[in-house]
Amino acid sequence: MEATVSTETNGKTWSGGSNKPLGASYGKMMMWFFILSDALTFSGFLGAYGLMRFKFIESWPIADEVFTHFPFLHGIHAPMYYVALMTFILIFSSVTMVLAVDAGHQMNKKKVTFYMLLTIIGGLIFLGSQAWEWKNFIGGSYGAVQLNDGKIVQFVDASGHQVTLESFVKSSHSERAQHTRDKGLWFVEESTLAPFSVKEVIEGFNAHPELSIRTELINTETKAKTIISRADAMSYLNNANAVVKGANLKVNEYGNTLFADFFFFITGFHGFHVLSGVIINIIIFFNVILGTYERRGHYEMVEKVGLYWHFVDLVWVFVFTFFYLV
Amino acid sequence: MAANAHEHKSHTALIWKVFGILSFITIVEVILGIIKPDSLHLTKILGTSPLNIIFLVLTIVKAYYITWFFMHMADETKSLRRSVVWTAVFLIIYLATLLLIEGSYINDVLSPLVKWNY
Repeated sequence: MEATVSTETNGKTWSGGSNKPLGASYGKMMMWFFILSDALTFSGFLGAYGLMRFKFIESWPIADEVFTHFPFLHGIHAPMYYVALMTFILIFSSVTMVLAVDAGHQMNKKKVTFYMLLTIIGGLIFLGSQAWEWKNFIGGSYGAVQLNDGKIVQFVDASGHQVTLESFVKSSHSERAQHTRDKGLWFVEESTLAPFSVKEVIEGFNAHPELSIRTELINTETKAKTIISRADAMSYLNNANAVVKGANLKVNEYGNTLFADFFFFITGFHGFHVLSGVIINIIIFFNVILGTYERRGHYEMVEKVGLYWHFVDLVWVFVFTFFYLV
Repeated sequence: MAANAHEHKSHTALIWKVFGILSFITIVEVILGIIKPDSLHLTKILGTSPLNIIFLVLTIVKAYYITWFFMHMADETKSLRRSVVWTAVFLIIYLATLLLIEGSYINDVLSPLVKWNY
C-alpha cells in the first residue's frame, strides 16, 4: 500500500493508505467524525442547560440583564453589544482561516502564512474577550441578597431599574476582617467576604424610601422580573441570609446558580476548544513557514485544522443563541 | 481536493459573500435581541415566542453556511455529507426533544411547590 504514496515526504508521514472511503482522505474523514462526536458532546451540555432552564423557566435569569458591559463604557447599560463583537471576531477569524485554505489550494505559501497569522490573532483576541466577559460576570454588577431558601432578591429604584448595593449601603466596619493565612492559623483560609453585611444592607434599605426589591420570578405577561412593593419588602428581607456580589459556582447575584454553573462550564469548554485551536494553528503556522506542506505537495493539513477551527465557530453560533438570545 | 490542487481556482469571492451573509444575520439577531419588539417577544406561537423561533431559524441558517461553505461540506461526496450531517441532526433533535419535554414535566411538578411570597 505504501508503494502508492503520491506525495514525497521522505517516508516520515503516513499517507493514509490508498483506499479512500467516502471519497475523502484518511485525515479529513477522521476530522469530520471527530467533529461529529464533539458536536454531540456540546449538544449534551447545551441539552442539559435546556433541561435545567425549562425546569426553572419561571425564574431563569434574563441574559440582557446579566451581560451588560462594554469596554470603556463603564456604568452604561449595553446588553448584547460585547458578545456581538466577540461573535464578529470569531466569524472573521473563520473567514481568514478559509482564505488560508483557499490560498493553500493554489500553493501560495505567502498568503497561507499571512492568513494563518490573522486567524491566530483573531483567536487570541476572542480568548481575551472571553476572559473579560468572565471577569465581569464573576465580579458582578449590582449585588444582591440571598434568602434562607437560596432565592435571590435584587434592589431597584422607583423606576424599576436595578441599583448597586454601594449606592445605598453604608459600611459600618463593624464586622470582622477576612481571615487570611497571615492573620491566624496558617493552614486555614476563607473566601473573600461580601462587601457588606446583611444588617448593613437592611439599614441602608430602610434609610432610602425610594428603593424596593424584585424577586427572580418572571411575570409571564411582560417577561420581566416581578417587583415587590416596598410595603411587602421587609417580609422578604427578614429572611435574608447573605449578601452576594458577582457569580461563582456556589452563588449568583443574577439569580439561579445553575445559570452560572452552565455558563462557566459551557463557555469554558468552548474557550478550551478555542485555546487548543489556537495552539494547533500555531503549530501548523510554523510548519507552513518551514515549508513542510510545500515539500509535501499539498496543504491538506491547513484544511484539516481549518475544519476544526470552523467547528469552534459553529459551536459559538449555538452558544451565542442559547445563552444570549433565546 | 488535494488531487486537483493545481487546477483549483480561487473561491475568494464566494468566501466574502458568505461572510457578508453571516454578518448580516448576526446584525439582525443583535438588533432584534436589543429591541425585542413586543409583538414578537410577548406573543406566543408553537409554545414559545416568535422571536425565539426567528433566532433558532437564523442560527440554523448560519450553521448551514459555515458547514457548507467554510468547511467545504458542499464539495464532499454525498455519502460523507450524509453520514456526518444526518447523524448529527437526528441525534441532536432526539436528545433535545427528550430533555426539553422532561424539563417541562419537572417544571409542571416542581413549580407549584415553590413559594414566592413571604
